[in-house]
Amino acid sequence: MDTEHEPEAAHRPLRKPLALVNARLIDPASGLDAFGGLLIAGGTIADLGMHITEGSVEGAESLDCGGRTVAPGLIDMMVFCGEPGHEHRETLATASSAAAAGGVTTICCMPNTDPVIDDVALVDFVLRRARDTALVQVHPMAAMTRDLKGEEIAELGLLRDAGAIAFTNGKSSVANAKIMRNVLAYAKDYGALIVHHLEDPALAEGGVMNEGEVATRLGLRGIPTEAETIVLDRDIRLVELTGGRYHAAQISCRASLDVIRSAKARGLPVTCGVSINHLTLNENDIGPYRTFFKMMPPLRTEDDRRAMVEGVASGDIDVIVSAHDPRGAEGKRRPFAEANDGAVGLETLLGAGLRLYHNGEVTLHRLLSALSARPAELLGLSGGRLVKGAPADLVLIDLEMPWTVAREDLRSKSTNTPFDEARFEGRALVTFVAGRPVYHYG
Amino acid sequence: MSIAAEAPTPAFPHRHLLGIEGLTREEILSLLDLSEAAAAQSRQVDKKSNVLRGRTLINLFFEASTRTQSSFELAGKRLGADVMNMSIPTSSIKKGETLIDTAVTLNAMRPDLLVVRHHAAGAVELLSQKVDCSVINAGDGSHEHPTQALLDAMTIRRHKGRFEGLTVAICGDIMHSRVARSNILSLNTLGARVRVVAPSTLLGEAVDRLGVEAFTSMRDGLRNADVVMMLRLQRERMVSSLIPSQREYFHFYGLDAEKLAFAKDDAIVMHPGPMNRGVEIDAQTADGPRSVIREQVEMGVAVRMAVLQALARHLPNE
Repeated sequence: MDTEHEPEAAHRPLRKPLALVNARLIDPASGLDAFGGLLIAGGTIADLGMHITEGSVEGAESLDCGGRTVAPGLIDMMVFCGEPGHEHRETLATASSAAAAGGVTTICCMPNTDPVIDDVALVDFVLRRARDTALVQVHPMAAMTRDLKGEEIAELGLLRDAGAIAFTNGKSSVANAKIMRNVLAYAKDYGALIVHHLEDPALAEGGVMNEGEVATRLGLRGIPTEAETIVLDRDIRLVELTGGRYHAAQISCRASLDVIRSAKARGLPVTCGVSINHLTLNENDIGPYRTFFKMMPPLRTEDDRRAMVEGVASGDIDVIVSAHDPRGAEGKRRPFAEANDGAVGLETLLGAGLRLYHNGEVTLHRLLSALSARPAELLGLSGGRLVKGAPADLVLIDLEMPWTVAREDLRSKSTNTPFDEARFEGRALVTFVAGRPVYHYG
Repeated sequence: MSIAAEAPTPAFPHRHLLGIEGLTREEILSLLDLSEAAAAQSRQVDKKSNVLRGRTLINLFFEASTRTQSSFELAGKRLGADVMNMSIPTSSIKKGETLIDTAVTLNAMRPDLLVVRHHAAGAVELLSQKVDCSVINAGDGSHEHPTQALLDAMTIRRHKGRFEGLTVAICGDIMHSRVARSNILSLNTLGARVRVVAPSTLLGEAVDRLGVEAFTSMRDGLRNADVVMMLRLQRERMVSSLIPSQREYFHFYGLDAEKLAFAKDDAIVMHPGPMNRGVEIDAQTADGPRSVIREQVEMGVAVRMAVLQALARHLPNE
């Protein structure tokens, strides 16, 4: 038995209504940015506005937010969790605990598990484990091809009915254009979203970081940005052919942003995400072979990073993900070329994202939208909004609070963060899932 | 006799030699001066000194090597150290023991100097963080091979007497070559002009950003060169379609008398070995009067003696 968390309690609504008063209410989807209060009852947002004040609702407890921000809880479309199969790296319980501490109220867990989530029983398993052990909402993304091999289409219809929120090929691109075409066409019948990793396997073969001067100096094999854009270009033509809903899981370079912009301009059902790492770090951060900065797609140049920030600011990049990928010492304390890709990110997603806001590069609304409202829209979730009747998945944010990331304090089972000792401004103070506080800072 | 008595005491401030990167001109020159003394010592009847008496040197080679390993072994022995060779084939690493495990195990045996070759770039630096002794990089992946660059610099200085104003053409598989990287860094630091010559598939991305001029033709790349440095071409480059065939490669990039004629009349020919005769260099040129390849091997021992000695000064004495 897992005794780390009270089973099921996480999703049971509080009996007594709770009023969050004296707050700055931000709903990025509607543009609402107003002072007032918000009433939580029965796990949902019962009411909100100026009229919700301390004592205004009979029988309700109240929490004075001291003017701090209440926003929809973050929705993270890319979380690699070790369950099932790699529980030593992360479980749904530990990932969700990390999420709660980062103000993330919904995580989509990727199918790169052992066994792969390509079967109804596995979707069911994840949902049950989440119900029993997780502090936040968990939605499995299922494999779009069997065993993620890119050869045979998975049972998309049955998987969707079982609760798969979207379909993806995890960390690999489907190299075969015919399979990709069929996946997009078939998924369209179910209105399912296809979330695709972009990396031409042949062009990227043997590469461990961005191709260019830094890789040449370090004597490491590079991955050209074309490994990403070639797959993206192809996929967009297939979207044009099939009409399937397509989401590029993560883009990492300016050239990809241009491709996305032109696809959107043509009215195609194309969206894309970017990881928080590619918004705040670049290839130079690798320094002397620091493996915590090894990720896929690789960190690119500073110009590419800026393009990613511009893309979020303009709304051409829809979603920011943590790309949370827990890796232990056995995978990271190795020579760079032999080390695992990936970085944890659930607990640092908001703090790192707020850097863009404090630098004046992205407005607060745009940032929070990419972290909540837009992913909710793409996934068809009712969360990500501050409106009456929406689930009370919320985060109370202190936008100014300075804090320093300390690896040893992370709640994730693996602590491979590229932000160790980073100074952030702003963090989650209280996280609510279905109206229940699941995290309190301090 | 001790070579330390003859040579000026160099101020070499580093605990490890992980690469040429980060070394100053003065530090490189001081190592070369120390190497000259070591070369003299090696030409005597009694080649042995006791500078490293009581010290333990471990040669840890994760990648097969004959000449570098024996060169370090001889260097250590000539200075009076106890030398142990450990060759760890890649297969046994794959069985589960990580590089860090190996490092921790070796560290417990209390070596004073650890010479490491590994197939992954950055591996030697990673290992150096886990041990208490001085670490010397004997080649890490496609990254650096600092003692090779030092012995090349020493050989060049013995023939040309200077570095400023010299044009050095490094030819061949630049992209995968740690020898090329270390030489580019060292020769640039010493004031030479460095060119690289290779087909585009073997040049490497953004190589011009390393402070070299890149050429894809031997005629242009070798024109008026003072030094022609050839690199070894590995057979696997053909398998991965970087070049079409051995004979095509030799035709366009193999060094022979005809291509060497583009260089200055007194240009010297170098090769880090082992050579593929008929692939990157023909036999007449390799053994010809302008070849200094055998001298490079001799200087290799001298340079490694100098490095061991320079680093040993940082070892604790009680």
